[in-house]
Amino acid sequence: MSNVSNTTPAPSPVLPPAGAGAMRATPPPPIGQTEPYTSEWDRTEAARAGQSPWLRNRRRAARDRFVEAGFPGTRVEDWRFTNIAPIAESRFTLAAPRPITRGDLAAWTFAGAAAELVFVNGHYVPALSVTGGLPAGVVAGPLAAALAADGPARQAFGAVVPSPLSTFPALNTAFFAEGAFVLLPPHTVLEGPIHLLFVTTADARAVETAMTHPRVLIVAGEDSQARIVESYAGTTGATYFTNALTEVSLGAHAVVEHCRVQRESEAAFHVGLVHVDGARSSTFTSHAFALGGALVRNEIAAVMNGEGMECTLNGLYLATGGQLIDNHTTIDHATPHCSSHEVYKGVLGGRARGVFNGKIIVRPDAQKTDAKQTNRALLLSDDAVIDTKPQLEIFANDVKCTHGAAIGQLDDDAVFYLRSRAIGEADARTMLIHAFAGEVLDRVGLAAVREPLRAELTARLSAVLAPAGGRP
Amino acid sequence: MLEIRNLKVRGGGKDILKGISLSVGAGEVHAIMGPNGSGKSTLARVLSGHPGYEVTGGEILFKGRNLLEMEPEERAREGVFMAFQYPVEIPGVNNAYFLKAALNAVRKHRGLPELDAMEFMALVREKMKVLEIDAAFLNRPVNEGFSGGEKKRNEIFQMAVLEPALAVLDETDSGLDIDALRIVSNGVNAMRSPDRSTIVVTHYQRLLNYIVPDFVHVLAGGLIVRSAGKELAHELEAKGYGWIEAGLTDQPAGA
Repeated sequence: MSNVSNTTPAPSPVLPPAGAGAMRATPPPPIGQTEPYTSEWDRTEAARAGQSPWLRNRRRAARDRFVEAGFPGTRVEDWRFTNIAPIAESRFTLAAPRPITRGDLAAWTFAGAAAELVFVNGHYVPALSVTGGLPAGVVAGPLAAALAADGPARQAFGAVVPSPLSTFPALNTAFFAEGAFVLLPPHTVLEGPIHLLFVTTADARAVETAMTHPRVLIVAGEDSQARIVESYAGTTGATYFTNALTEVSLGAHAVVEHCRVQRESEAAFHVGLVHVDGARSSTFTSHAFALGGALVRNEIAAVMNGEGMECTLNGLYLATGGQLIDNHTTIDHATPHCSSHEVYKGVLGGRARGVFNGKIIVRPDAQKTDAKQTNRALLLSDDAVIDTKPQLEIFANDVKCTHGAAIGQLDDDAVFYLRSRAIGEADARTMLIHAFAGEVLDRVGLAAVREPLRAELTARLSAVLAPAGGRP
Repeated sequence: MLEIRNLKVRGGGKDILKGISLSVGAGEVHAIMGPNGSGKSTLARVLSGHPGYEVTGGEILFKGRNLLEMEPEERAREGVFMAFQYPVEIPGVNNAYFLKAALNAVRKHRGLPELDAMEFMALVREKMKVLEIDAAFLNRPVNEGFSGGEKKRNEIFQMAVLEPALAVLDETDSGLDIDALRIVSNGVNAMRSPDRSTIVVTHYQRLLNYIVPDFVHVLAGGLIVRSAGKELAHELEAKGYGWIEAGLTDQPAGA
């Protein structure tokens, strides 16, 4: 593996305000068209007669904002390696409810959840959900109901996403019909995890291509603790579009472990955005697994808004065939004495493409920042490609920031060593890939989530390694 | 056990072995000595099936079969084991998992039932005692962060578990202090048996005080230039390799 590592990047000349999106002087023209989306919005708006004026106004403003922003092309720096033309040039219709049984969900559920909310085609399905096991005061339920009244959900809604909204948050806000609201009162410790499962079921022969815009709002009160798992999955082979947006706000001393498992159909488009804002001494840990989807864009942006916050971002993606998986992460050290630790790993086979862009911002008064970023990718075929870019913007002088990237093939010496110990070549390669991925997987504290994921990874890897036999 | 006939090997664009013949019988211990660059380690690696070399002539028969036609894993399953001069670090794969996979691959090949975790632990515990290996060692990633001595001990430990028919030790003594050398040698000696052959590749005679060979061969310039009993090792220790490298014409009579 070739390694690049340095600790003193040149500071960037432009300093956006905390939590703001990328600044553009003269933005390149948008691509594709917004009309299919706006006409779908107009078509479906009539059916939402029951929504509150508050929500209607928010959604309408987001619709307008989406039209204004348009879809970014590859001339926009943040989208340089990811061409979203398939999303920008297609016509999607909001997914209709479809009947589904608990048995259909078996591959995506796990044992031991304190609550499990199931959303099918963007609609909450109470009959498939389990919410009885939560302590008093803890809320885990449908977002639409929570937004009906003026309360904590409304206060938190949109509070963590930078404004003006960029394209996909605007699209999500304009279109979202349902989602999950999780509220942890101060000093509450939730033992079991909360599982939010978003499933798109589609007829592979369907004429219309479905889309959903799941929205998740997590509010962790002071000194509360919880583990939340978001799963995204869909019918094998179906083409559809998921545009998910999660907002997490952590009160002082709150501890949230957020696990995001994306197993969309191999033909699906998936945009998954997670925005995090943490107060003093809070701890946010993300485990992001991206396994499915034809065109995938993940973004995690965490703003460290209180002294002593800790943020850990673990990511693992496996892309094969013609998949494109793009991971953009931003950690914004807005206050002193915060530490962030980021490890992203990718395994790419076939003609797959991976993108990793890891931005770390250290604000002028964020002294004593300790930020560490590692990004590694394993290329299993000659046609697989990874574009990787660390982006450090450091404006404080008493900080520790390190980043390292390593891209490469499996270590031939290690393969030979294992083979010389009687282990067959395919097994040796699988063992080494697992070892590579294991570093991320092993950090998931929940065995009920981790072990099935390990098994799934094994199955997906053997499918990658079997037909071509890997590299000679 | 092993029959090497006129073996010629190229590696890195150079002819390294230029026609080596060597016969190793069951139960015998052969030491291969020689100056740096003589081709000792190449011979060991070729036996294990290392992909970095090209065999340009000759043949190797192992238990009567053509060894050169076998993949590295097939050789290992048939009973060839090479203790690496530079054992490879494999982060993320723990010793126990790795060794169990290796042992079960060998057992499967031999028509033996695969061992479960309990049976495996019972088996390795015995071997660990001989090599003075701590139990925590099993849960550490293979060779990662090991000292030189630990790596070499791990090689012999693996050998003890896999019980090969032919063990090839490639400069296992290099970098070992006297205590580690004693432990490693005890491990090798504990495995000496009439059914097992051993090839010890070493630069120095010191190891051969502990692992006493039946035969000593001197490799120089890609050829075996001397073969004799264990006394040859002492002679080399006393005189160095200079007289061999200088050419064999002026060697004293009766040496």
